[in-house]
Amino acid sequence: MSLLEVKNLQVAYGGIQAVKGIDLHINQGELVTLIGANGAGKTTTLKTLVGMVKRAGGSIEYDGKDVASIAPYDFVRHGLAMVPEGRGVFPKLTVEENLHMGAFYRNDKAEILNDIERVYGLFPRLKERQKQLAGTLSGGEQQMVAMGRAMLSRPKLLLLDEPSMGLAPIIVQKIFEIIQMVAAEGVTMLLVEQNAKLALEISQRGYVMESGKITMSGNARDLLDDERVRNAYLGE
Amino acid sequence: MDIFLQQILNGLVLGSIYALIALGYTMVYGIMGLINFAHGEVVMVGAMVTITVISTLMGAGIALPGPLLVLIGLMVAIPACMLLGFTIERVAYRPLRGAPRLAPLITAIGLSIVLQQLAILIWGRNYISFPQILSHDTISIMGASITELQLIIVVLCLAIMGGLLLMVEKTKLGRAMRATSQNPAVAGLMGVNVNTVISATFMIGSGLGAIAGVMVATNYDQAHYYMGFLIGLKAFTAAVLGGIGNLAGAVAGGILLGIIESLGAGYIGGLTGGFLGSHYQDIFAFMVLILVLIFRPSGLMGEKVADRA
Ligand SMILES: Nc1ncnc2c1ncn2[C@@H]1O[C@H](COP(=O)(O)OP(=O)(O)O)[C@@H](O)[C@H]1O
Ligand SMILES: [Mg+2]
Repeated sequence: MSLLEVKNLQVAYGGIQAVKGIDLHINQGELVTLIGANGAGKTTTLKTLVGMVKRAGGSIEYDGKDVASIAPYDFVRHGLAMVPEGRGVFPKLTVEENLHMGAFYRNDKAEILNDIERVYGLFPRLKERQKQLAGTLSGGEQQMVAMGRAMLSRPKLLLLDEPSMGLAPIIVQKIFEIIQMVAAEGVTMLLVEQNAKLALEISQRGYVMESGKITMSGNARDLLDDERVRNAYLGE
Repeated sequence: MDIFLQQILNGLVLGSIYALIALGYTMVYGIMGLINFAHGEVVMVGAMVTITVISTLMGAGIALPGPLLVLIGLMVAIPACMLLGFTIERVAYRPLRGAPRLAPLITAIGLSIVLQQLAILIWGRNYISFPQILSHDTISIMGASITELQLIIVVLCLAIMGGLLLMVEKTKLGRAMRATSQNPAVAGLMGVNVNTVISATFMIGSGLGAIAGVMVATNYDQAHYYMGFLIGLKAFTAAVLGGIGNLAGAVAGGILLGIIESLGAGYIGGLTGGFLGSHYQDIFAFMVLILVLIFRPSGLMGEKVADRA
């Protein structure tokens, strides 16, 4: 069953079309990746899915219903969470306060504290830095905060926008391991990446986006083997 | 009598009121990057409403102890000012979100004038005196004297400000306010209704403004439709001095400004050989404003804001 079903989605900034009628779907439990060059429209697509940008046309069905009626700040209450491009940590909140913000809409205090401990279990480094201001952390640590924060909202569908951006290769490895761990916990994910090889390697399916359009889609393995993908995105 | 200690005490009274008002400026700035110049008028409305309520009660022959009357007045003025602050944001600032910075600034100034004119319509152009219902007995501290009322003002201000800082640091609403000021888009992703947080910020600031207005009126025994202008400008100076957007900075800036002003007033006569008298005390606030803007625009406790102000 599809958790997310996007049909003919169009988004424009002023007169400029950034997303030009795309179709994509994500099944319950899947890890799907969306790859594409800078400016292809990936971030715009994600922002539209969580109500941060208004669509110009098309439909977005989440959990069987169109999301048009959901207020921008209510998406998280429906289980839709996003780790934004550039991580978007609150720089002058501590690590722990950032995590609490992820659980802002929840009222089950004891469970929240449990979940925070679980995040610390995944990222022991964050536990060491729980009282530190998030703005003082390294890029990799901030990415951990952003992912941990998203998990505190107990998402059904998690959107990740370029989690590896600007990180050293060894940290990128770590982040991808964590993505797989989160997926293993049953969270459905849409992963936007420029690091196409790694992203396709851990995903079940993939979409390729170019200038606002989906130009290829399919099984992640098949995309990895595809000549055009290899040339354009895998640097081979 | 020790003039130095006396002026420090006077400055503390004045400064804690400035601080209470400065918090309103700095909270709004912190969350929306906007200077709500109409905040001084909210302070004025707080004073006017309280006096009106007290006079009405007294006029109806209801004999209650002075402090209780003031408390009742405050209980009306606080919600009235909160409603006013809420309305100001909704009507004047919300439609301008995303507009160039000059637009809300001009609107703020226009709004000040509108509120002053409304105050004239309701309360007239004359000074309204605060009913003589509070004791003005003085206490002497190491040779300096302070009225009981002033002591209460200082203690109350410090308690309220401490409470506010605690709220912002420790509660869920406070955390959401800080998150919203740092990154409203991501706060929205977390489920924070940014509009609600902004409304709450205006309402809290205005509630504090109402209390400050009553303190000013009791301290000077009068209120006036124009009183918000000068006190607002001074509190704004205090907020800039402390680092606009920084709550603890507003408190420190307010108290410091009060003390500077008061010491300045105490010594200006002697320093200028009597050429300038203590009624020139208002120049100190603006000297401070100019010096801070030139030498440390980010204020004592603020981070670099440079062109944001
Ligand atoms: N806020 C915006 N206003 C105007 N144009 C934008 C805005 N955000 C993105 N764009 C444009 O939309 C296109 C897609 O951008 P984006 O979705 O960020 O791409 P990607 O995430 O794939 O790099 C680009 O041409 C970009 O310049
Ligand atoms: Mg992007």
